[in-house]
Amino acid sequence: MPSDPAERVQLGHGGGGGLSQRLIEELFVPAFGPADGVLHDAATLAAGPGALAFTTDSYVVRPLVFPGGDIGRLAVIGTVNDLAMVGACPLALSLALILEEGLAMAMLRHIVAAIRTVAAECGVPVVTGDTKVVERGKGDGIFITTSAVGRLGPGPAIGPPAVQLGDAILVSGDLGRHGVAILAARQELGFRTDLQSDLASLLPAVQALLAEGLAVHALRDLTRGGLASALTEIARGVGLELRIQEAAVPIAPAVASACALLGLDPLAMANEGRLVLFLPTAQAEQARAVLQTFQPEAAIIGTVAAAGSAMGGIVLLENAYGVLRRLTLGQGEQLPRIC
Amino acid sequence: MSALLEPFRRPERVRRLTAELRQATTRPWTLMEVCGGQTHAILRHGLDRLLPDGLELIHGPGCPVCVTPAAAIDRALELSTSPGVILCSYGDMLRVPGSAGRSLLEQRAEGANVRVVASPLDVLAIARDHPGCRVVFFAVGFETTAPATALLAHQAWRSGLTNLALLVVHVRIPPAMEALLAAPEGRVQGFLAAGHVCAVMGSEELEPICQRFRVPVVVTGFEPVDLLEGVLCCVRQLERGESRVENAYTRASPPQGNAAARALIARVFEPVDQEWRGLGVFPASGLRLRPPYDALDADFMQASSPGIPAASLGSPSICISGRVLQGLDRPTDCPSFGVACTPERPLGAPMVSAEGACAAYWHYRQRDGSAAAGVP
Repeated sequence: MPSDPAERVQLGHGGGGGLSQRLIEELFVPAFGPADGVLHDAATLAAGPGALAFTTDSYVVRPLVFPGGDIGRLAVIGTVNDLAMVGACPLALSLALILEEGLAMAMLRHIVAAIRTVAAECGVPVVTGDTKVVERGKGDGIFITTSAVGRLGPGPAIGPPAVQLGDAILVSGDLGRHGVAILAARQELGFRTDLQSDLASLLPAVQALLAEGLAVHALRDLTRGGLASALTEIARGVGLELRIQEAAVPIAPAVASACALLGLDPLAMANEGRLVLFLPTAQAEQARAVLQTFQPEAAIIGTVAAAGSAMGGIVLLENAYGVLRRLTLGQGEQLPRIC
Repeated sequence: MSALLEPFRRPERVRRLTAELRQATTRPWTLMEVCGGQTHAILRHGLDRLLPDGLELIHGPGCPVCVTPAAAIDRALELSTSPGVILCSYGDMLRVPGSAGRSLLEQRAEGANVRVVASPLDVLAIARDHPGCRVVFFAVGFETTAPATALLAHQAWRSGLTNLALLVVHVRIPPAMEALLAAPEGRVQGFLAAGHVCAVMGSEELEPICQRFRVPVVVTGFEPVDLLEGVLCCVRQLERGESRVENAYTRASPPQGNAAARALIARVFEPVDQEWRGLGVFPASGLRLRPPYDALDADFMQASSPGIPAASLGSPSICISGRVLQGLDRPTDCPSFGVACTPERPLGAPMVSAEGACAAYWHYRQRDGSAAAGVP
C-alpha cells in the first residue's frame, strides 16, 4: 500500500467493497498469506475429511436490535455460516464482548439470551469468552467477536480453487433484505418497510446439498458487499469469467424499490442468510430444488463462462436486452445519491 | 422488480422502440442527455448499444456534485473543522475532493463532525437536538433539490433557529443548456431534458432555448422505455426539421411543473451568476438566498457573491472533466481514466459521483471489461 502519511482508515475500508479488498490484498495477505492469495470464509487446518476448519468474525451493527434479528444472533450465525462455506459443522464457539459504558443491562441480557438460543439452534456450544468495557463514546453499545472451529465433512475440499469452467452459479434466495432492513431501521432515510433481515443459518442448506451427494465446488456467504463483492472476489481469485443473467437474480420488489429510490445497487447490498453456490451445470436443477426447500426464491443465475481475460477474472452481467456489462465493486460505504 | 418500474423496463417495449428508432433515423444525430442520472441509466442498461449507427448520445453536465465548485467544497471542509460545527450534506457530496484533493469523507475520518442526510428537513432536527452546535447544511443540487432546501430555509427562519446555516450551491439547468449550445465547439443537436427537473419547474423555461437555438428539447424520464421514447421523439423532430419542447414524460412531469415548489424557490432564492466546476461562470445559473432568508447564510457565504467566487478551479490540469461535462470528450478519451483516476482515487468529480459520467463508464464500461463486453 502506498504510504501516504495523511491517509486514514475510512468507514469504507470495512464496507466489503473496493477499499476493503485493497486493504486485504495490499496489507493483510502480504503480512499473513495465504501464499496463493485465494481467500475463503474459513481456513482449513489440515486437508481431508475430519480435518478442522477455523474462522473468526467481528460484528458491529446499529441498531443493535433490528427487524429479523439482533447483534447476538448475527454474531453466532455469521460465524457458523463462515464454517458452512467450507462444508464444516461447528464444534465450538468463542465469544468476546466489548461493551460501552452506559449500555443498558437489559439490552445486554437480551443479546446474551439471543446468543444462547441461536447457539443451541445451530448445535454449537459457547466454550470460552472474554469481556471488556470501554468508556462511553468509545464504542457503539456493544461490539462482538466470535471464533469457531468446525469439522470438515467427507468429500473433496469446497472452495474457490475447485470452481471449474462450465459450472453453474446459484443463489440460495432473494438478495439485499438485510441491508435494506438495517437502513430502514436506522430511520435516517425517511422510509419505512416491513422487510426483515434475511439473517439465518446456512448450515442446514449446505448439509442438505452435501447429503444429496451434489459435487459442490464452492460456496460463499453473501455478507457485506453482497453478491457483487462475493462474485468479484471469486472471479479474481480463480481468474475465470463469470457470466450472470441479471434478470435471473432474485430481488424482492420492496428491496428493488428501496434501492431504486436511494440510488443503491441491490447486488451490493448486504445479506446475512444467503449464499452463492458453484457446482457442475448437470446438477444445477437438483441443487436449486434442494435450496428451494429452504427459500423458494433460490435460483440459477449464471455460469462460469470462460477463462478470464488478460486482466484476470471478471464478472459480466447480461441484462434483459442482451447487453453485457461488467459487474464492479462499489467503493465501500454505499451512500445515497442526491437526486 | 418493483411493480412501479417494471412496465418501463419491459424487454419487448425496449425492442419495439429500438426497431422504431432504426426506422426513424436516416442520418447521424448527436443528442445530449442533460442529467447524470440518465447517463447512468443509459450505460447501466446498455441503451447506447441498442441505438442505430450514427445516433450518438453525449453526456451533459447534470451531475450536481460534479459541478459544485472546488471553492465551495473547500469552504465546507473548512467549516467542518471549526469547533462546534456539524456539517450536513447529501452522501454523494462527501466523496468529492476540494482543491487540495481532500474530501469531507476523509475529513470525517480525522474527526470532523460530518453527517449524511437524506432530506434537508433532517437538518432541522439535528439543529434542535444540538443547541450548542452550529449546524451547517451544504445545500447542493439542481431545481430538484432546491425546493427542499427552500423549505428548510423557510422553516428555520420561521422557527427562529439561530444555530442553523446554509452553504448554498444550487444551480439551474437552463442557463447551462444555453451555454452549451452557444459554445463554439458544441455538438448538441437535440436535448433530452431531465424529467425530474421539469416535474418541478415545468417546461416553460425551455421554450426560449428551442426558439433561440432551433433545437428540439424533449422532457425525458429515467427508465429504459422512458429514455428510448425521449430519444425517438427527439430524432423524429430532427428528421422533420422541427425544434420544439416536447414532453415524453407526461406521467411524472406536467407542463406547468409543481406550482408550490416553484413558488417556494422564488420566495427563498434569487438567481445569481454561478461558477460550474470545470465549466466556468454561467449568468443567472445559480441560486442564492434572498432577504430575509439570507440571514441564514450571512456569516459564511459572503458578500463578494455573485455566488461562490470563481477563483479556484480545483481540478488538476491533467483532468479533462470540464470537457467531459460539456459532452466534448468521452470519459474513456481521458488518458487518466481507470489508470490514475478511479472512484477510489479520483482526479475529478465526475469519477466520484453516482451521477458522474466518468463513474458511469468506470462502473459499466471499464476498459479491461469492454473488450469482453459487447452486444452478442
